[in-house]
Amino acid sequence: MQLTSLGLVRGLIGYFAGLVIGMATVVIFRLVLGMPAWDEEAVWVGGIIFAIIGFVLAIGAMSDWLKWTRGIETPMHHGPPADKPAWTRYFAVDYNHKVIGIQYGVTGLLLLIIGGSLALVFRAELADSGISFLQAGTYNTFLSMHGWVALAAILLGVGGMANYLVPLMIGAEDMAFPRLNAFAYWINVPAIITLIISMLYGWDSGWTAYPPLSLRGPVGYQMVFFAIFTIGLSSILGSLNLIVTMLMMRPKGMTLFRMPIFCWAILATSLIQLTATQLIGQAFLMLSFERTLGMPFFNPLYNAAGENIGGQPLLFQHLFWFYSHPAVYIFVLPGLGIISELLPVFARKPLFGYRWIALSSLAIALVGFLVWGHHMFTSGYGEYLRVIFMISTLLVAVPTGVKFFSWLGTLWGGRLSFQTPMLFTLGAISVFLIGGLSGPILATTATDLFLHDTYFVVGHFHATIFGGFVFPFFAAIYYWYPKMTGRMYNETLGKLHFWLMTPGFWLMSLAQMTAGTMGMRRRIADYDPALGVEPVHLLVTIAGFVIAFSILLMIYNLFTSAEIGAIAGNNPWRSRSPEWQIPSPVPEHSYARPISVVGEPYDYGLAGSQYIAMSGAGDD
Amino acid sequence: MAAVTTSAQAAAVHHDAHAGHDNYAAQLRMNRLGLWLFFISEAFLFGGLLATRFYLWGDTRPELDQEIGLIVTSVLLISSVSMRLAETAMERGNRKAFSFFILLTALFGLIFLGGVMIFEWGLFPAIYEGHLTPWGDKYGAVVFAMTGMHALHVVSGIVFIFIVWNLARKGSFSKERHWGVESCAIYWHYVDVVWIFFYPALYLIGTAAHVTH
Repeated sequence: MQLTSLGLVRGLIGYFAGLVIGMATVVIFRLVLGMPAWDEEAVWVGGIIFAIIGFVLAIGAMSDWLKWTRGIETPMHHGPPADKPAWTRYFAVDYNHKVIGIQYGVTGLLLLIIGGSLALVFRAELADSGISFLQAGTYNTFLSMHGWVALAAILLGVGGMANYLVPLMIGAEDMAFPRLNAFAYWINVPAIITLIISMLYGWDSGWTAYPPLSLRGPVGYQMVFFAIFTIGLSSILGSLNLIVTMLMMRPKGMTLFRMPIFCWAILATSLIQLTATQLIGQAFLMLSFERTLGMPFFNPLYNAAGENIGGQPLLFQHLFWFYSHPAVYIFVLPGLGIISELLPVFARKPLFGYRWIALSSLAIALVGFLVWGHHMFTSGYGEYLRVIFMISTLLVAVPTGVKFFSWLGTLWGGRLSFQTPMLFTLGAISVFLIGGLSGPILATTATDLFLHDTYFVVGHFHATIFGGFVFPFFAAIYYWYPKMTGRMYNETLGKLHFWLMTPGFWLMSLAQMTAGTMGMRRRIADYDPALGVEPVHLLVTIAGFVIAFSILLMIYNLFTSAEIGAIAGNNPWRSRSPEWQIPSPVPEHSYARPISVVGEPYDYGLAGSQYIAMSGAGDD
Repeated sequence: MAAVTTSAQAAAVHHDAHAGHDNYAAQLRMNRLGLWLFFISEAFLFGGLLATRFYLWGDTRPELDQEIGLIVTSVLLISSVSMRLAETAMERGNRKAFSFFILLTALFGLIFLGGVMIFEWGLFPAIYEGHLTPWGDKYGAVVFAMTGMHALHVVSGIVFIFIVWNLARKGSFSKERHWGVESCAIYWHYVDVVWIFFYPALYLIGTAAHVTH
């Protein structure tokens, strides 16, 4: 097999060819206009844009559409490529949602490991006071990269769960627009490469990229802007696809309130992704234009009379947080959906308050649009806004509380069993509780004025993200692993993973919050030992390494169990969900016959209840 | 025996044709929803640009050439009429009228684009000296950002028109099945509607500010 027959390799060649062509184009253009040929910013911007387009064209993510524009019909190809080994489909454009889901999930996991490793490096630096091995500039780059790499990992992880599960859960053969689905995945890859290249030059503002700092730093910023813009485009297209799939492709009898609850979470998430993402794309594009062309959106510009005829830095914060706060709900809503999905299976009891959970996801999504200003209590905007944003932010606690009470109601009196997915679900609830309870403290202006930009915020954020995404994501991986591979993971290793990671995370989270209340600021490479935070930092670092080690155990478990794990069978968890009624691993065309829904989804333990019927079952 | 087989085959063929029809109808519904979701998404982009305009300019506006603004806006609005006529022609199966009107729409689009580039942007100082530069002040920056993002959509609309025109020439569309034409038309109207919000924001709202550098 030739190396270039692998889609990913062709894509990479396209990326670097595009980079060179883009850079050359800018240089030639500048020469024609009579400017000096070399300008680092402009040349890199041209290179990056062409490189991303080059990757997508070379891998063939747009081939079908380009043929359509010339009137050539392209029938949908099913199954692995005819003339290549079956595994190559995971490294090329493939239209099957199950392949794309796994592509998303594995890429997300890979980024989670990269992002986590970056954190371990600067955690080691922070273990004691004084600069040991990371210089301030490198520290800032690592810290900023940790932010965006981890957030990209979460977006891809969410995409993985949604793409794999949603069509299976609603009994659809595939997504509404399979080509768009593949395109939305593959534009992530050049974006990630661009993001990683940014480390060559470095950037130092943290993931928020606030101007004026982000307008002055090294050229690494430009790569970040275009990488995030492209990942945002992927979010928009992916969520559009998911919404259409869920609204139009449900089987007979599956009303919206009979969808698996995870679909509701994805519906709410997708509504945020579809709309809010535009604002961060716009904000980062404006930063790029301000750096490249000097368009004064955010930097003030004073004329001779001393009037500001330029921009305002606060505008960026408004645009940025209009996406980036709802983005937090993009990260956690799918995970909360996983918790609601798994609890009834392991408690053998109906889900408590299905409709309330479904609507609470929508409520969180909608309220999420009204709260962005709570990130800006100390930014100097109008003081009357503080009260408004405080109240709207505290409102989020209401639908979130609905979820917590529903989980407790589901567990209450259930016949619980504690396999690894259930452990991670319970771990998620405990960790999300830590994040949730520290939320109102930050949402209240009076306390936030003291805690803003301290490690308390770091602790709060990591607790919500681990509780809302990482723990449920791991629960989902263990839970659906038998469905994806047909084999069972190693239960002992899974439990070991849990019992290392969960106490490790509790320790890390509480220690981070403690450091914050002791006066430790975030995003600094060094601190004054007189604060007394040194032992706390050491604890955080040790806990961080324990968590990292436990995740390595999971990776080992996932790799080895695919070969030697016990055959899992169709439905090892005795779930009622449609995807467990078909063979494992799922066949190319998931459902041999259309399914129909005849009852409620979560009536576990109720005699005679039935959720779905396979039409024509019993014919063979 | 043979007769039975034939009728079974005929039934199968009929079933396939019926399924094909259902598939097309189902796909069309999904395409329409997808396109409208894309518009909702884009509305947030244009909304963000409008928010930027009101945040930075408040109740002031730049000194722009009012006649030029009125002319290009009228041209763009008229282009929606010709687009509608093109779509109606396709629905009636009138290929000639379709080609004429859709190319006329593209021509209107090009005139609009020319007006923006020559007069608003002042790209050709030999013809017309522009008032603003993107790097000069907040007025230039926002005017170029808003008209630039809108112009990008007009350009893609024109490209879309030429693709659809070419496909129609090759006979890819029929009276009943012309999603390509329909989506192109809706997209064009959408870009038009965006301008209906942008034009007053740029040209009409607020008092003209005279900036000294």
